[in-house]
Amino acid sequence: MVMIMQLYRDKGIKMKLSELHKGDKAMIKKIDSSEDLKRRLASFGVVRGSELSVEACSLGKKTMEIMVDDTLIGLRGEEAKEIEVEKL
Amino acid sequence: MDTIKIVLAGQPNVGKSMLINAMSGSNGLKVGNFSGVTVEKTELCFEHHCHMFEMVDLPGTYSISGFSQEEKVAHKYLLNEEYDVIINVLDATHLKRNLLLTLELLKLNKKMVLALNMADEAKKEGIDIDIKQIEKIVGVPVVLVSANTKEGVEELLEKVHEVADNHDRIKSNITYSDVMEEEALEIEKFLAQKGFALRDLSNREIALRLLIEDKALYKEMHDEPIMLELQPLILKARQHLYTHHETKDVQEIKANEYHAIARGIHLETVKCQRNKGGKTLTKRIDELLINKYLGIPIFLFLMWGLFQLTFTVGAIPMELIDSAIGAFGDWVGSNISNEFMRNVIVDGIIAGVGAVLLFLPNIIILYIGIALLETTGYMSRVAFLLDGFFHKFGLHGKSFIPLVTGFGCSVPAYMAARTLKSEKDRLITLFIIGFMSCGARLPIYVLFTGAFFGAEQAGNILFIIYISGAMLGLVMAKVLRVVVFKGEDEPFVMEMPKYRFPSFTLIWHTVYNNAKSYVKKAGTFILAASVLVWVLATYPNQPLLEQEYQTKIEQSSKEDATVLENELKMKKLEQSYLGQIGKVSEPVFAPLGFDWKMTVALETGLAAKEVVVSTLGVLYSIGDEVDENSNALARELKKNISFASAMAFIVFVMIYLPCLAASMVFAKEAGGYKYLLYLFVFTTVTAWVFSFVTYRIFIN
Ligand SMILES: Nc1nc2c(ncn2[C@@H]2O[C@H](COP(=O)(O)OP(=O)(O)OP(=O)(O)O)[C@@H](O)[C@H]2O)c(=O)[nH]1
Ligand SMILES: [Mg+2]
Repeated sequence: MVMIMQLYRDKGIKMKLSELHKGDKAMIKKIDSSEDLKRRLASFGVVRGSELSVEACSLGKKTMEIMVDDTLIGLRGEEAKEIEVEKL
Repeated sequence: MDTIKIVLAGQPNVGKSMLINAMSGSNGLKVGNFSGVTVEKTELCFEHHCHMFEMVDLPGTYSISGFSQEEKVAHKYLLNEEYDVIINVLDATHLKRNLLLTLELLKLNKKMVLALNMADEAKKEGIDIDIKQIEKIVGVPVVLVSANTKEGVEELLEKVHEVADNHDRIKSNITYSDVMEEEALEIEKFLAQKGFALRDLSNREIALRLLIEDKALYKEMHDEPIMLELQPLILKARQHLYTHHETKDVQEIKANEYHAIARGIHLETVKCQRNKGGKTLTKRIDELLINKYLGIPIFLFLMWGLFQLTFTVGAIPMELIDSAIGAFGDWVGSNISNEFMRNVIVDGIIAGVGAVLLFLPNIIILYIGIALLETTGYMSRVAFLLDGFFHKFGLHGKSFIPLVTGFGCSVPAYMAARTLKSEKDRLITLFIIGFMSCGARLPIYVLFTGAFFGAEQAGNILFIIYISGAMLGLVMAKVLRVVVFKGEDEPFVMEMPKYRFPSFTLIWHTVYNNAKSYVKKAGTFILAASVLVWVLATYPNQPLLEQEYQTKIEQSSKEDATVLENELKMKKLEQSYLGQIGKVSEPVFAPLGFDWKMTVALETGLAAKEVVVSTLGVLYSIGDEVDENSNALARELKKNISFASAMAFIVFVMIYLPCLAASMVFAKEAGGYKYLLYLFVFTTVTAWVFSFVTYRIFIN
């Protein structure tokens, strides 16, 4: 378990957006959401290749605030699970 | 005079409504700092250089392929309606993202002007934009404006004239990815060889649209013989695009291409002096306001503070208004000799309207609170904070926006629910908006809490009333979700706007408009209702009863006479039309501890909640010889109503059907009168049950 945690802390590892913590930065690798949500995220600037940082999480990571291209976006932890990122 | 029809399109919260206000020099359109302020197309006309400018404000939309109901309004309008010019409003501080919509709008082939709004903020943030270069790339005029400081607004108006008169378009210089360009060129060449032409589209444009699967164009070209030979070309090109973009989803490819273009334009035209990554003010405020642990307590504290202020600060001018109304009543009374007229005016109009006007200060404070929530940017944060909690009750975080609007007035709240994408989320929200006590119910609460609790307690009680109403609403949402509206969860993704310091004029305007309509309503609707209630409470004449008492009074001593006189008044009131109506429905409400006067007040409250107070005012001022003001009314209530009944009354008012106007809007928004019937049954039954329980708890 500790090993895995260690691994996750490392840079360049693919993980889910929901696994990031406040202050982390990452690059989006893949978005596995429904068509509608994908399109909505795209219009916010959340697409493959964009960089993001995690600005805040509510208790239990019910919701997260991320920043993409100077835009602050609030989304649910559930939705963040569908976004694959590479930690920077 | 020539008319130019101009439609404003842009992403949410970029300042479209404020820009129209600035252009027309009015303050007619609602402005707020969150996405989804405008939910319906709104039109506004003004004159400029001998032309009539017909402005259409559309709800903001992130992209042309819709998401929520209010965004669809925008698409429908842009695609199907007749208009002369589009002003595409962009937030100059978020140019890259805003350009995505611009790229889509350009495909409409309409006359267009880009308005880069928020010039003042851009300057403050050290953002420098090369307007000429953007013009060159997108091929439409670009103007830097600020709806806030009004700079560039005149220039924008001029540009609109120019564009409206001009029929040639400048060529755009938008470049796609190399692969896309390469393949488009192939197809373009082929089209040229065949001598193919379609509408005013260039061959390059046709090629590009075929590559990114423009459905409308496919439909249009479906029967063209050239399609047969085009198809293999397109297929080959697609394969190339698939490998390049590492996906077979054409929509995603399109999104990627558009993003690349927007990024390119941004890189080429925007210079930011300030270094990135520094903590902006917004981020710093967010550290506190949406803090993991402190966020929700802070929110609750702010709400509590608002209700404390509503009661305590509201009480200061209240005494003044109260005695002014009382003095006015006395003065009118002593100056009118005709007894009938005097009674209508003093016991009917002044008692009723005065009772309602008395609460104007409370209403104003409440509206200031809501206006602050709407204009600072805190609204979206609370939606963010509460989503987890709301989700447990089967609600969407975004429901917070219509719900909090409901604390002001249910009518705009029902409309604000349109920002919810899922039909089920929207219906649940519609059903529970009534549980958020609207501003018109506030006077009833202030009256009763003031009468039955000490001044130190009343603010807290007020807070408890509102919070428990809201909690009850959440529980009801859960019930509805489990029993009636089962279904999938809707994702929660929401833009968090920058915090903005609300301008005084903005707050003033919202508050002023609401206060004005409250006073206006008191002077018209409530006045008429008060007269009606007075008439119903005074007639029919009862000569027999009067005679009986008259003889009794003449025979008795002086003290007995006053007692008898009061008794006569009570008897007369009980036998009046209103008394008779009240008596019919009294049995239904008797288990809740309501007498017939309270029953009647509740019934008249179906027309408008303010009428509850005015009716009580009229009924108690007829029944007893006291001066016509509400402090006296509060005393009368305390004398005549038991504590348990009063609590039950508050609970009933909290839950039962909103006013007539709101009910009509509800029916329209929900999609039929059958829903209004459901709402009526749902709220009345709930109100009765909870009121009954409250009465039983407090009676012991
Ligand atoms: N500093 C500054 N703020 C602005 C400017 N224009 C608009 N705002 C603010 O931006 C926010 C959004 O303004 P609105 O006019 O409601 O935006 P909208 O585009 O109509 O939004 P929706 O109706 O939700 O699509 C408000 O808080 C305004 O005060 C501007 O030029 N400068
Ligand atoms: Mg608007």
